[in-house]
Amino acid sequence: MKTFLRAIIISLVFIILCGLIYPLGMTGISQLFFNKQANGSIAKYNGKPVGSELLGQAFTDMRFFHGRVSANNYNTYTKADKIPDKNGKTAYDGVSSGSANLAPSNPDLAERVENDMDAFLKLHPGVKKDEIPTDLLTSSGSGLDPDISPEAAKIQIPAISQATGISLVQLEKIVVHNTKGRTLGIFGEPRVNVLETNMEIAKLLNITF
Amino acid sequence: MGILQIVIILLLIFVLSIPVGKYIYKIISGERCFVDPVMNRVDNLIYKISGIKKEQEMNWKQYAVALVLTNLVLTVILFAILRLQNLLGLNPNGIGPMEQSLSFNTAISFITNTNFQSYSGESGASYFVQMILTCFMFVAPATGLAAAAAFLRGIIGKSKSLGNFFVDLTRFITRLLLPVSIVLALVLVFQGVPQTLSHNQTVATIEGKMQDIPLGPVASLEAVKNLASNGGGFYGANSAHPFENPTPLTNIITIISLGLIATATVVAFGHMLKNKKQAWVLFGVAAFLLVLSVGVTYYSESKGNPVLERVGLNQSMGNMEGKELRFSVAESSLFTGATTAYQVGAVNSMHDSLTPAGGMMAMWNMMLQTAFGGKGTGFIYLLMFAILTVFLCGLMVGRTPEFLGKKIEGREIKMVAIAILLHPLLILIPTAISLITPGAAASTSNPGFHGLSQILYNFTSASANNGSAFAGMMTNTVYYNVLIGIIMLVARYLPIIAMLAVAGSMASKKPVPESIGTFRTDNTIFAVTLLGVIIIVGALTFFPALALGPIAEQLTLR
Amino acid sequence: MSKHEKKSFINKEIMLKAIKDSFVKLNPKYMIKNPVMFVVEIGFLITLFLTFLPNTFKEQDTNIQLYNAIVSAILFITVLFANFAEAVAEGRGKAQAESLKKTRKDTKAKLLDKNGNIKIINASDVKKGDIVLAEMGDIIPNDGEVVEGLAFVDESAITGESAPVLKQAGSDFNSVTGGTKVKSDWLKIKITAVPGESFLDRMINLVEGASRQKTPNEIALTMVLVSLTMIFLIVIVALYPMAQYSHVKIPVSTLIALLVCLIPTTIGGLLSAIGIAGMDRVTRFNVIAMSGKAVEACGDVDTMILDKTGTITFGNRLAADFIPVGKNSMEIVGRFALISSLKDDTPEGKSVIELAKKLNIEIKPEEYENNKYIEFSSQSRMSGINLPNGVQIRKGASDSIRKFVLEQGGTVPNDLEGVTAKISRAGGTPLVVCADKEIFGVIYLKDTIKPGLVERFARLRQIGIKTIMCTGDNPLTAETIAREAGVDEFVAECKPEDKIDVIKREQAAGRLVAMTGDGTNDAPALAQADVGLAMNSGTQAAKEAANMVDLDSDPTKIIEAVEIGKQLLITRGSLTTFSIANDVAKYFAIIPAIFTLAIPQMKLLNIMGLASPKSAILSALIFNAIIIPLLIPIAMRGVKYKPMSAKAILARNMAIYGLGGVIVPFVGIKLIDLGLNPLLKVLNLV
Repeated sequence: MKTFLRAIIISLVFIILCGLIYPLGMTGISQLFFNKQANGSIAKYNGKPVGSELLGQAFTDMRFFHGRVSANNYNTYTKADKIPDKNGKTAYDGVSSGSANLAPSNPDLAERVENDMDAFLKLHPGVKKDEIPTDLLTSSGSGLDPDISPEAAKIQIPAISQATGISLVQLEKIVVHNTKGRTLGIFGEPRVNVLETNMEIAKLLNITF
Repeated sequence: MGILQIVIILLLIFVLSIPVGKYIYKIISGERCFVDPVMNRVDNLIYKISGIKKEQEMNWKQYAVALVLTNLVLTVILFAILRLQNLLGLNPNGIGPMEQSLSFNTAISFITNTNFQSYSGESGASYFVQMILTCFMFVAPATGLAAAAAFLRGIIGKSKSLGNFFVDLTRFITRLLLPVSIVLALVLVFQGVPQTLSHNQTVATIEGKMQDIPLGPVASLEAVKNLASNGGGFYGANSAHPFENPTPLTNIITIISLGLIATATVVAFGHMLKNKKQAWVLFGVAAFLLVLSVGVTYYSESKGNPVLERVGLNQSMGNMEGKELRFSVAESSLFTGATTAYQVGAVNSMHDSLTPAGGMMAMWNMMLQTAFGGKGTGFIYLLMFAILTVFLCGLMVGRTPEFLGKKIEGREIKMVAIAILLHPLLILIPTAISLITPGAAASTSNPGFHGLSQILYNFTSASANNGSAFAGMMTNTVYYNVLIGIIMLVARYLPIIAMLAVAGSMASKKPVPESIGTFRTDNTIFAVTLLGVIIIVGALTFFPALALGPIAEQLTLR
Repeated sequence: MSKHEKKSFINKEIMLKAIKDSFVKLNPKYMIKNPVMFVVEIGFLITLFLTFLPNTFKEQDTNIQLYNAIVSAILFITVLFANFAEAVAEGRGKAQAESLKKTRKDTKAKLLDKNGNIKIINASDVKKGDIVLAEMGDIIPNDGEVVEGLAFVDESAITGESAPVLKQAGSDFNSVTGGTKVKSDWLKIKITAVPGESFLDRMINLVEGASRQKTPNEIALTMVLVSLTMIFLIVIVALYPMAQYSHVKIPVSTLIALLVCLIPTTIGGLLSAIGIAGMDRVTRFNVIAMSGKAVEACGDVDTMILDKTGTITFGNRLAADFIPVGKNSMEIVGRFALISSLKDDTPEGKSVIELAKKLNIEIKPEEYENNKYIEFSSQSRMSGINLPNGVQIRKGASDSIRKFVLEQGGTVPNDLEGVTAKISRAGGTPLVVCADKEIFGVIYLKDTIKPGLVERFARLRQIGIKTIMCTGDNPLTAETIAREAGVDEFVAECKPEDKIDVIKREQAAGRLVAMTGDGTNDAPALAQADVGLAMNSGTQAAKEAANMVDLDSDPTKIIEAVEIGKQLLITRGSLTTFSIANDVAKYFAIIPAIFTLAIPQMKLLNIMGLASPKSAILSALIFNAIIIPLLIPIAMRGVKYKPMSAKAILARNMAIYGLGGVIVPFVGIKLIDLGLNPLLKVLNLV
């Protein structure tokens, strides 16, 4: 019985210490010293928040670079997506993350890749099937991957150049400018942040909204 | 480059485990340590409030009772909080109460250090709940470490006492988990992990659409999640989510924190035993198993998916489905190996989309539970297989087997047998039942052999108290919530109690002096034999199931 | 040991009986004691059922009925093989017991009542506490102690030793065993055993294996085997629905075949045979172990306590050298020593004659025939001969001879002191030889170590056993013998109760102690020791206290007992390892076989290239069955044991039984498959 009482008290002690004091304390310190990061690393365009530097976005405009396949459309939606259909379902039903979890053997995966591949080849004439970088046609784990590989960016340049009128060289420069190398030259993969790259294009095109 | 990434990170884990192991040894033994002047005050305050007499020693039964009772109390509290989360405040995103069976599953999941999540953090848990879960991420692994400390004292020590559970629990939290988590959390915030109480933000994008940006007190949870073998993510995508694991640097830190404490426990064991060679033998066996699984996974993942190759998609980058670009295939493979070997359960890629061989290695790690394993408990499993090996070897040299100078007899073997038997029982039988129960089998999201793999993986994860998942499967049903809940519960406490019993009985034995006729357990022969026993007894048990799941899937993939 | 090993372990008689017993043992009531084989028997019953009703599970396979029949036949044979192994082991014990039983014929006993009247009753009616009379030619009815009388008793029935032994009331040789025969004179015996529980009865039970109880290690091992069996049971039970889900059809008999292959049938079938055979090996060595536990404990012995006298040395001080003093030569000393010993019947005296012979010192004995022999007495402390011419030749303790010489006006050579002191220091006894007033020299009497013991102690050290010698001698003498024999420690001036202290001291340090003893005052120490080996020639009390009795009364046998104990454990461990290691190959034979039909790509796992699925399964199953009888010889004789360090033993056995256990079945199954496949083609079973 004494043990039971001790068990109850020590449980409460740790709930207060680790469940309240610790996270609240960390929140206080973080807000004070790392305010931007602690609040989601919000990316601003013309002073207005347009996304997070760390999260990808669904781009459909041909003037912009497109990101990787996302199972949740990057939590990006339009007003229409929130209107329930006949069954009461909405195209967007709240923030989420993750992928479709398709197994390598799942026929749906091959079908999706095939469809995406056909669509991509149509939009990017002159590109051969096996030139398409794998990351562009595979779904990211989070559905929020902010990056694509430099190859995946480069292969989109001709089509974007055509849509925007920005020269190939200029676009190439933008991509290189937004390419991050491996950390310490060893870890991770070289990558291009799609949102930041597109913001640079938008600035160049003087897009306002 | 990939191999270099893997080798450097593994080496960092192994090297860092040496000082950390020494530090853990001091926590267990109570030896003087540089943090004492500060921490003694904190600890004494906690003891005073809770009415704990730190000198009071416990025998194995008292220790087990204290452990189980404390965990029980916490489970009940957590269940209540989950059910009432809509009323308890700090819920800026207006999340409703958690369903009954899901609350049952979640409460057990977090107290057992499993962190199997059938809910998604973004839509299923209030900030208050996320903070309370953070607390469980301290208590559950500290419980495992305390059990390991007691176990080690028993099999090594000369007294019948196994220590004091409350003291062990407190010391592991205040001296190890909490301070390291604070540092880690700050690094994570610096790298971009949110830490705020404000609600999710909605922004207008440059394409004129809207995007919801999820926020919350993420970093404080994230730090301890990885450090202490928890693995339950703030968000559904876990460590693949850019807000949980934003950069290659955080990825390295995460992988190191996955493995550090469990690896260091082996080093601490060497200090306790005053026989480092013995610890290195166990270290070598566990490290071999870890490297083996990472190696096979990396090989298979970098080969890519033959099906997509046939479709025409270039696979030179490897299997990118379900992976994040900023983490290379190599580091994702390493993450998969580490999270399953160390029984953490965090993921930085979707395991469901791993190549079958890669997915099999993840399962293999959880089936063996001995590639370092979970905080504390993994090491107990390793020692359990060591006891079984010692038994066979001891007979083979013609003596009643001894381990660490204590005779291994019927009673110990019985307990070890129960613990080893339990794992296949809790994995294979539920898998079999679920496969022939139409409603349960329908939860799988992938057809064919992979469907079997999904069910097998999830039960394996539950029984290993790992918590990672082949997440495409719909596990949030009453059937799975209850069944997996029970599996996690039994798999956690029965082996711990059995092993405390072994520790208790070993503690009361007279040590046998060593002679040339004694079979030594700190040499290569023992290491190789131990490896053989682990692979034959541990892995062959699951061979038929693996053959029908991932092996069949891999062989038919084209 | 060697002579027993060479004997064939089986003969026709035992064979026939064993075959019969293998069927008797099929009784499930008996089988359940061996859980592993019980599972095989259940499997057999199920496949048998499916042979007659092949449609129970609606299996659509060609010739499923025939297939089921073959599987059930192999399973049946597997069980029989295991039973056979046990029966053979028991049979060998029984054969020995039979010969013992012959001595337990129904005899009559002469019961003495209070008034000394003799009443003839049946031997089986003699109760504990009764006094019986046994005269020349009588068979002693039961175990007891001699309370009066002295007689020679023929114990050959038990010990096989034909020379009769002297039994005497009040001595250390006062215990008699039921079934032995009085050869001379008479004895009054107080019976100490209950009818049916005599030493002979217990011995018969033990060698028959009737009273065999599982030893602690055996229990622990059984636990491992049972849990392995349960694990594989889970695996197979779970496999059926899994296969169904993946649309793989596996016949039930194939699942049972897989189960039987995976569970440790090899060791399960041989385990009790190994135990019985271990006891049997001890028995054949003329040592009776009171329990299997005692034999097993032998393997764990860390410290061995040995008496010096009788165990390490012959106990008699024997002449080792003649050392002259003064101006005398060795020949002269030898000559007078020889003369003084001509009529000396003591071992010392005889040894002087032997030594003289060896040194070619010759005299004509007939010249001394009529001389007067002066016997040794505790007053004079010398013995010798008086020649007809009055010359007194003496040999004896140094101070006595010195006094004897000085009394007659002689002188003591200066170097005598030095010689005797040197001999004493070396642990020997100096006997000074003189004639009248002249001292010639010294006979060096030395305690001699039994031949071969030095090597055996070296062997013991190799396997990590510490030896402690106990002796009543002074420390100096004790040290010399200890050094020569190569024992690790010695206790000098040791009283019987000191032995207990030594044992307790060693036990407190966590060591397992073995000792030998024969006298009544050894009994407490024998009881205290973990392994106590009593001499059959010893007292009843000693035999009761010990857990092993050596019928040959050879104290050094404790060393062999230890080796047999170790061998017993090693055999068990090695065959267990072999059995478990076999699973690897069996998996690679059966798993691809059962899946290939539904998943053709599984062919890749068929690394042995077995001809067809059915052939693969049956080959594995046949291998699993025949390995049991093939290993019976190893189970019976025990794994070869050579004293070496634990590490070396492990490396060796791991290579043979661990690695071998992985490789052998690959080869075996492939070979069986090669032979079996054409046969199955004929039977249309592909």
